Amino acid sequence: MGKIKLNKVRKAFGEAVIIPGADLEIKEGEFIVFVGPSGCGKSTLLRLIAGLEDLTSGKIEIDGRDVTDTAPGSRGLAMVFQSYALYPHMSVRNNIAFPLKMAKMPQTEIDAKIAKAAKTLNLTDYLDRKPGQLSGGQRQRVAIGRAIVRSPQGFLFDEPLSNLDAALRVNMRLEIMQLHQDLKATMVYVTHDQVEAMTMADRIVVLNRGNIEQVGTPLELYNKPNSLFVAGFIGSPKMNFVEGNTIGVRPEHLDISDKKGEWQGTVKLSEHLGSDTFLHVDGGKRGQLTVRATGESQFGPGNKIWMTPQKGRLHHFDAQGRATK
Amino acid sequence: MATSHAQKVGRWALAPSLAALTVWAFVPLAIAIYFAFLRYNLQSDNTGWFGLNNFYYFVNDPYFYKDLFNTVALVLSVLAITIVGGTGLAILLDQPFWGRGIVRVLMISPFFIMPTVSSLVWKNLLMHPVFGLFAAIQRFFGASHVLDWFGTVPLLSVIIIVSWQWLPYAALILLTALQSLDLEQKDASMMDGAGPVSFFRYIVLPHLSRPITVVILIETIFLLNVFAEIKVTSVGGFAGNLTYLVASQLNEATDIGEAAAGGLIAVVLANLVSIFLVRIVGKNLGT
Repeated sequence: MGKIKLNKVRKAFGEAVIIPGADLEIKEGEFIVFVGPSGCGKSTLLRLIAGLEDLTSGKIEIDGRDVTDTAPGSRGLAMVFQSYALYPHMSVRNNIAFPLKMAKMPQTEIDAKIAKAAKTLNLTDYLDRKPGQLSGGQRQRVAIGRAIVRSPQGFLFDEPLSNLDAALRVNMRLEIMQLHQDLKATMVYVTHDQVEAMTMADRIVVLNRGNIEQVGTPLELYNKPNSLFVAGFIGSPKMNFVEGNTIGVRPEHLDISDKKGEWQGTVKLSEHLGSDTFLHVDGGKRGQLTVRATGESQFGPGNKIWMTPQKGRLHHFDAQGRATK
Repeated sequence: MATSHAQKVGRWALAPSLAALTVWAFVPLAIAIYFAFLRYNLQSDNTGWFGLNNFYYFVNDPYFYKDLFNTVALVLSVLAITIVGGTGLAILLDQPFWGRGIVRVLMISPFFIMPTVSSLVWKNLLMHPVFGLFAAIQRFFGASHVLDWFGTVPLLSVIIIVSWQWLPYAALILLTALQSLDLEQKDASMMDGAGPVSFFRYIVLPHLSRPITVVILIETIFLLNVFAEIKVTSVGGFAGNLTYLVASQLNEATDIGEAAAGGLIAVVLANLVSIFLVRIVGKNLGT
């Protein structure tokens, strides 16, 4: 349960085409992440799946059922919003109970489900509070609680962690992944953060201006990006592009030496992360290059260094930005 | 957090307005309380301490209970009409449609018209049994006997006129409140399976409970003082309220003492009514 299929899904607001036509099959129980820069249409695509936006043309199927014209509440999906979208005047208990109440479930059953969800999400002590009295992380949990009580076939997450601080973000990321393992439900997750995408996804969908650029597992995208855009978007720090954007190499795939190598450059800045050092190097005609050195690098600003791309780690692109063999 | 210095400055800065408020609000109230206990009639030289007699005579005025009833009936009916109608109008005006800006401005206009003027328009152009539009409509549909609004249903007529004036106010406040409703909540409620009715009942109405309380409080204050509409349409004998009764004590009986006593009774009534109404709203919409 929870297979979602998009067939030539198109969305336009008047003249402005947001999604020119997307084809995608999401497998049962899969954790899929839509990633892309702001305005790439990833949230719109999610809202189309949710039913919160109408399709201009195309078709959406869930478990083989055509839901293109089905109301959002009847698609068997639950959604967690960026701003949580909790109902501010209702207690945590009533927030979580709301979808069950709308489904006209008997009160005893509702109480049992709330108790179970609250226990899973550590919310038992907060059930009678209003959302305004909770911290960001707790609100996020309530939003997830409201989503899981209905036992939906699929979960939709719209940048759910972007309002949390860094430490909490890492925690909630793990909690969502744990939730996915426990529930075995399909999850579609939208983010602009490629670290979230790489760590959480079974498969990543990279979007660029409404087009699906590439679909694949995190490592497929990392090792075999099929375009300049995907190559530049996946991986941090960003891939280096030289020779007029026809050759790319990741910062971690450049070996450095002070004696010999293929490319020469001068270190301009170094960033120490403890585990790694990022060297920002002026590569002469090759432009600005970033090199990732393991541990504490001996090189600092002003040093002349030689850089050699590792074997088989060069990416080649044609003039249109497509990957070539 | 304000420092003690800033608080001191703030207190001095507030002082002039507080002084003005005292002079404008408390002095007249104090004088009214003082007059209420005096025998003070412009047609009589016999003045002096009168105890509670003014209150006794006002309450025993043949019109008192009728006017008390009219006051409460007028306030409650107009509140009901303006809040239910205002919520409806606000929801309509919140929808995108062509010419929305102009419609919004037009909708507010009744609120800018002087009560005496609008009462005259309603009296002579709309509700008049001979020249009135309503009578013409009745005749168009073949009625041989048209409704004499002010003769047959004087209180209802006043309620209609006052509601027409206050509906825009309620709609404006509620429209502003509606626009502050987070649209993601609508999305969330749709995902949760709520239809338009459930969305209104469980999300919109609770969101509006505070502005509705504000509308009730402010309208109650003004609706207890309705006077022009009753005076202009000459229905004081049938649909007079306490304000009208106080005014007639002053103008016709020239009894300042009794009018002051009546005014104080109205103040107490105003407080009772508004406390009662706000409690009800708080209980039912606050969830």
